[in-house]
Amino acid sequence: MTPTLQAFLIVSVALFSIGLLAVLSRRHAIFILIGIEMMLAAANLNFVAFWRFSPQSQSPTGVMIAIFSIAIAAAEAAVGLALIIAVYRHYHTTNVDHLDQLKG
Amino acid sequence: MSKSVDQIFVIAKQWLLSWLTGAPDWIVQIASSLLNIFTLLAVFLTLFALMSVLERKILGRIQNRYGPNRVGPFGLLQPVADGIKMLIKEDIVPERADKLVHFLAPILIAAAAILALGVIPYGRNMTPFTIDGGILFFFAIGSTTELAVFMAGWGSNNKFSMLGAMRAIAQMISYELPLIITVLPVVMVVGSLTPDRIVAAQAGYTFNIVPRWFVFTPWGAAAFILFFVSGLVESNRTPFDVPEGESEIVAGHMTEYSGFKYATFFMAEYIGMFAITGLAATLFLGGWHSPVQALEFIPSYIWFFAKLSALLFVYIWLRGTLPRTRIDQIMNFAWKFMLPMSFTCVIAAAVWHYAGRGLRGWLWSLVVVASAYTILSMLLDTHRKFAPRVYRFAE
Amino acid sequence: MNSTAFALIAILTLAAALAAATLQKLMHATLSFAVALVGVAAFFFLLGAEFVGLVLIFVYIGAVAVLIVFTILLTRREVGKDRGVNWGGAVLAIAVFGGLMWAVLKSQSVSIVAPHIRALTVKRIGETLMTGYVWPLQCVGLLLTSALIGALVLVMEEKR
Repeated sequence: MTPTLQAFLIVSVALFSIGLLAVLSRRHAIFILIGIEMMLAAANLNFVAFWRFSPQSQSPTGVMIAIFSIAIAAAEAAVGLALIIAVYRHYHTTNVDHLDQLKG
Repeated sequence: MSKSVDQIFVIAKQWLLSWLTGAPDWIVQIASSLLNIFTLLAVFLTLFALMSVLERKILGRIQNRYGPNRVGPFGLLQPVADGIKMLIKEDIVPERADKLVHFLAPILIAAAAILALGVIPYGRNMTPFTIDGGILFFFAIGSTTELAVFMAGWGSNNKFSMLGAMRAIAQMISYELPLIITVLPVVMVVGSLTPDRIVAAQAGYTFNIVPRWFVFTPWGAAAFILFFVSGLVESNRTPFDVPEGESEIVAGHMTEYSGFKYATFFMAEYIGMFAITGLAATLFLGGWHSPVQALEFIPSYIWFFAKLSALLFVYIWLRGTLPRTRIDQIMNFAWKFMLPMSFTCVIAAAVWHYAGRGLRGWLWSLVVVASAYTILSMLLDTHRKFAPRVYRFAE
Repeated sequence: MNSTAFALIAILTLAAALAAATLQKLMHATLSFAVALVGVAAFFFLLGAEFVGLVLIFVYIGAVAVLIVFTILLTRREVGKDRGVNWGGAVLAIAVFGGLMWAVLKSQSVSIVAPHIRALTVKRIGETLMTGYVWPLQCVGLLLTSALIGALVLVMEEKR
């Protein structure tokens, strides 16, 4: 019994919702970033699974999108972490609950 | 006859697998992989043991003394004594260390080093695992070493370990860039990431004398030197062994490890060295090809291990001769010199290719490399003059 | 495609991801995040896209995980702990999971088996990158350069 596309999509959906759980329920800024990266990885898995199971055309589109998405995720992680360090230097906290100075 | 001696290991493996002709396909595959893995482990662990004693003897000779010469003939059974010593030492784990992370770090480093050995072609048809993106696999596995070094440093709950680990990671990340960019000209010229194809592209001889290895081209020679130096740094060897400098931070990230775990770190460092020199031999020195057409009857794996041994001897030679560099000197060197030079190698390889791969291309790429080197040397010159040397005791 | 391999990798990935989302200690969560990424890379190998799997290991584990670990070290006022699971967030995540699962299980067209394809070699990926996708490649290069410079500027200490 080989795995169908449904199996891969279920795994990808589960990974995405675990990432969402990390983003919504954690208070440390770095954890939120980890959650975002997990959601991106789940989306990449989705793209490549759909590419694999589709009737094949010439160009490996899903794989290309996944490669670019990984590159962009790395750039975003770098900038996000730089932001966290800059915020820590200023406010001496990484708890996002305490960063509420702009609140109404 | 010489062809069968050359292929003797392949023939032996096929004979062993012929005992399993009736079995389903996946069992034959698993058996074939297991045979490859066991052979690889046997060869390289023996080489590791041999190298640990040979290094001490060669270092001793450089320092005008004998190395270990008590255990066995010429001291060659010293690794057995070392192994017994390491195994019977007490395994001390600090009380407030993070037990799981502290335990997993040496395993991860050793696993990464041994995995990286799997894609190097050791002889004709003798690559353990042929992966389409073999070079990328090698570097991807090598980059997980950094995380494992960090785990070792952090898991020990010790300031020296943490400091040593951060220095080690900073050094390894900085030199990963020149390491990979110097491989880029080779991949560009060959057009494939598979080590087998790269070795096959270095077959043949120009004018029947000079082998077509990439090290005999200007960009190849520069790239080889840069790759070699970056490999020295990645393996944390002198003159770049700031992370494990005994006089500075005890043993860096390996401080809190005793007995067998320390031996595992030691083994991982040496096997990492074997992997990097193996890759250097594959990419630049023509892999398992022989340098002289008359000597082609010597089996391919003998040539490969001869090249590997020559490069390892240079590693040991450098360790015995050069003093340790400071961490800021290491960083400056990486970012200000090696990175621009490795970009120059890429451009020089392109120039070599587009000027026809003959004499004209050779001369033009030599011009590119030499001019970049001169300009960089002039820009990075510190204008420091040293006082004339005064010998007080030596004549 | 082997279904035992698929099941094992799926269990490993989801367990590691769950550990990364709920563990209290920062370092353990980061390391289990790295394990989850290894699982996703294994999925890519299973799907026949080895290049993407290797790039994922290289970029995520070799670079992003090390960055995260360094940042944890540099922002260490409140050592290690984080408070427990926020139940509102958990409910929302479960709701999203339920909704997406319903969508996946309802659509019949996705219960298909893998067709046989030509092996996706690095050569084909290279050709596609350089012919069809050359503009996205240049844009990603520019983006990465600007992200690098931006991150450096953000973290630079101001000169007194």
